Amino acid sequence: MAEPFVRVRGLGKEFGGHAVLRDVDAEIRPGEIVGLIGENGAGKSTFMKILAGIHEPTAGQVYIEGQPVAFRSPSDARRAGISIVPQEFNLASDLTVEENVFLGAELLGAGRTLDLARMRSRTAELLAQLGANVGPADRIDRLSAAQKQLVEVSKALAFDAKLLILDEPTTMLTVVEIERLFALMRSLRERGMGLVYVSHKLAEVKTICDRVIVLKDGDKVREAAIAEIEPPEMARCMVGRELREIYPPKRAASGPLVLEVEGLSSPGAFTDVSLTVRAGEILGLAGLVGAGRTEVAEALMGLRPSTGVVRVTGRDARAHSASAAVRRGLGYLSEDRQGSGVVTAMGVAENMTLVSLPRYCSVPFVVDRARERQAAQTWRDRFDIKVRDLEAPLESLSGGNQQKVSLAKTLDPGPQVVIVDEPTRGVDVAAKQEIYRFLAQLAGKGAAVLLISSELEEIIGMSDRVVVMREGRVAGELPASALGEHEIMYLATGLEKTSAT
Amino acid sequence: MTAITANELFQKVRQVDKERYAALVALVILTVISSFLSEYFLQWQNLLNILRQVSYTGIIALGMTFVIISGGIDLSVGSMAAFVGSLGILALNALAGRSQPLAVAVAMAVALGSGLACGLANGLLITKGRIAPFIVTLGTMAIFRSLSLYMKDAGEFRSESSLFGSLGSSAPGRIPVPVIVMVALAAALSFVLRRTRYGRYVRAVGSNARVARYSAIDVDRTRLIAYTLTGLLVGVSAILIAMRFNSVGTSTVGINYELDAIAAVIIGGTSMAGGRGTIWGTIIGAITLGVINNMLNMVGISTYLQGTVKGLVIIGAVFIQRQRQ
Repeated sequence: MAEPFVRVRGLGKEFGGHAVLRDVDAEIRPGEIVGLIGENGAGKSTFMKILAGIHEPTAGQVYIEGQPVAFRSPSDARRAGISIVPQEFNLASDLTVEENVFLGAELLGAGRTLDLARMRSRTAELLAQLGANVGPADRIDRLSAAQKQLVEVSKALAFDAKLLILDEPTTMLTVVEIERLFALMRSLRERGMGLVYVSHKLAEVKTICDRVIVLKDGDKVREAAIAEIEPPEMARCMVGRELREIYPPKRAASGPLVLEVEGLSSPGAFTDVSLTVRAGEILGLAGLVGAGRTEVAEALMGLRPSTGVVRVTGRDARAHSASAAVRRGLGYLSEDRQGSGVVTAMGVAENMTLVSLPRYCSVPFVVDRARERQAAQTWRDRFDIKVRDLEAPLESLSGGNQQKVSLAKTLDPGPQVVIVDEPTRGVDVAAKQEIYRFLAQLAGKGAAVLLISSELEEIIGMSDRVVVMREGRVAGELPASALGEHEIMYLATGLEKTSAT
Repeated sequence: MTAITANELFQKVRQVDKERYAALVALVILTVISSFLSEYFLQWQNLLNILRQVSYTGIIALGMTFVIISGGIDLSVGSMAAFVGSLGILALNALAGRSQPLAVAVAMAVALGSGLACGLANGLLITKGRIAPFIVTLGTMAIFRSLSLYMKDAGEFRSESSLFGSLGSSAPGRIPVPVIVMVALAAALSFVLRRTRYGRYVRAVGSNARVARYSAIDVDRTRLIAYTLTGLLVGVSAILIAMRFNSVGTSTVGINYELDAIAAVIIGGTSMAGGRGTIWGTIIGAITLGVINNMLNMVGISTYLQGTVKGLVIIGAVFIQRQRQ
């Protein structure tokens, strides 16, 4: 067996006295693909950020080819042969592919000027190796997600990386693109490169990895050769219990129709979308990233122009502005919490009443702060939000608590139709379970819930019925009795899923 | 238990109050230094003088505070002051022959109305025209100044009403009218910013416009009101200046007012990036600038060098705020 390229011993990291990684031993050899899995907050990203030189460990030691090293910056790590392809691409969108590949490490010619010719030919060579249909002079903002990812990989390879870390590389990719990425990973492995594949898609881990490391709450709880571990077992190690338990029991929903959408279209985003949600029902809206699910939600909320029919409890509810949508009984929890969900610089109470503020004004336009505070306290107790000071800025809260505040903000106006878009993105498993319970309670009280999610388990675990979108159209609808990952993926991709399991 | 709360309280005092009162502490220190440098500094008349001098840009800076918290900027306020002041005097002189009180009232209405209209124009270009505030107000800054200069060939609009001029120098209870106006407006606008729905929306829009839009807040209207309010306040300031000099010099009134107003807002602790700021901070910022000018005059430092000191204070204030974050 080859000597490990990277070895870590007793690795630990604390943030402000809170341990996010504890006493982890691990090694990665040349020519293997190691899966690194765990729930959000398990320590995956901390682990890889230490390897990539972004964080310094507070305990333990990293060895490269047997030598102890202490990275002070990402460029230290890159010089040692470790490159990372981040989940959120780190590319300057106004620059070209070649400018990005060599960004911060430009090749210089005579007189310390840029050696443009050498950089261009090297980039072209790398792109050809990866089989990328991208030119060195293309601008980043014209590229698709998959193409950008290949540019990130080229960037890593330009510096003779011996270890490549891929952080959730498949979340933005189609099935075909994932296959292509896996083929590329295998060929890099053949060339003797070590790869770390960070993901929570367990079937993919099973497909591509040679070995898997499971982290939970900062501890390494399991390490196994891929032949010895199946996805259900991985899930149990990650969560520490059966996955089924985290979803509340389903209810039979037979209430009247609350939300009716007929032939809704928005140019450039989606076409002819029709769906209905009953009182007390949770309708799952599934599909790949880019299928148009979020755009449907935005159109319903009046944030995007649309044509077609929208009715809430039988009354016309097609909105031209978000305030009109709110008045007609719609509420939306945005998928992008920091970008469009909550104002991180504002206080907890102020965020909770941001949508419903007109209701807290006693004298016209003057905010009744006592009443506002009372409402915020009610939400805090109901959602068990861990914050003592309701004036505390939201940026001081954890992701899960921020998400609960965002949900409180959505629900405070008392909507009849609640659209939740990726409601558990970036929250830990405990908060996840609580959010599922709140959604079930909400439906139990007669609200119509539209659940948009990219996590198939979540869609299957929560929904009474599922509508699947593909490329801006409704691809099909599945009743509770026919809900399965295979059925959803078939509709979402239009292809039989043959290879990913 | 009590030990923990006492400790927490201490922590809170350390964090919050430093931020809120940094500008005030700086002003107090500056005042103490000035009182040592000159025995005249602390005299009632001198202090009132400082307040009167800063009130013209101070009133404008109140509107600028809303604009900057909402994430924008208004460079046109100085030129606008000359423009609407000129229109005010034109209206005054047109009616001065008939009835002086009527003329004065109409002049005020014209200045306030045209200020409001100019601010509205800025706001509409920014929100409906989707042009960056910096660009729009850079353009209108040139337009307002050029129109004022053209109307009088770069000369001076002189008031033909004696009542108008005497109002400008009146000081009920020895407190000059502009100071009373500034303090009253500051109290009202501070209430608007802290306690009303609109104030909350301004902060939300400046903090994250996308979140505000997704939260069913009318972002365009929120911004439009901020620019219109600023225009209205420019009208107030312009009429007070016109009264003070009983004239409006088209090439002299409002020069560098935009810089002083922005400086007051920034020194007062408002974030240039938007989302955060206070009205009283702006007032303190304006007074700080006035005290610096006054002190430098008394010590006999060249007027040409005073800009250097002002510049250093502005940069220093922002530098300290940056360190704190």
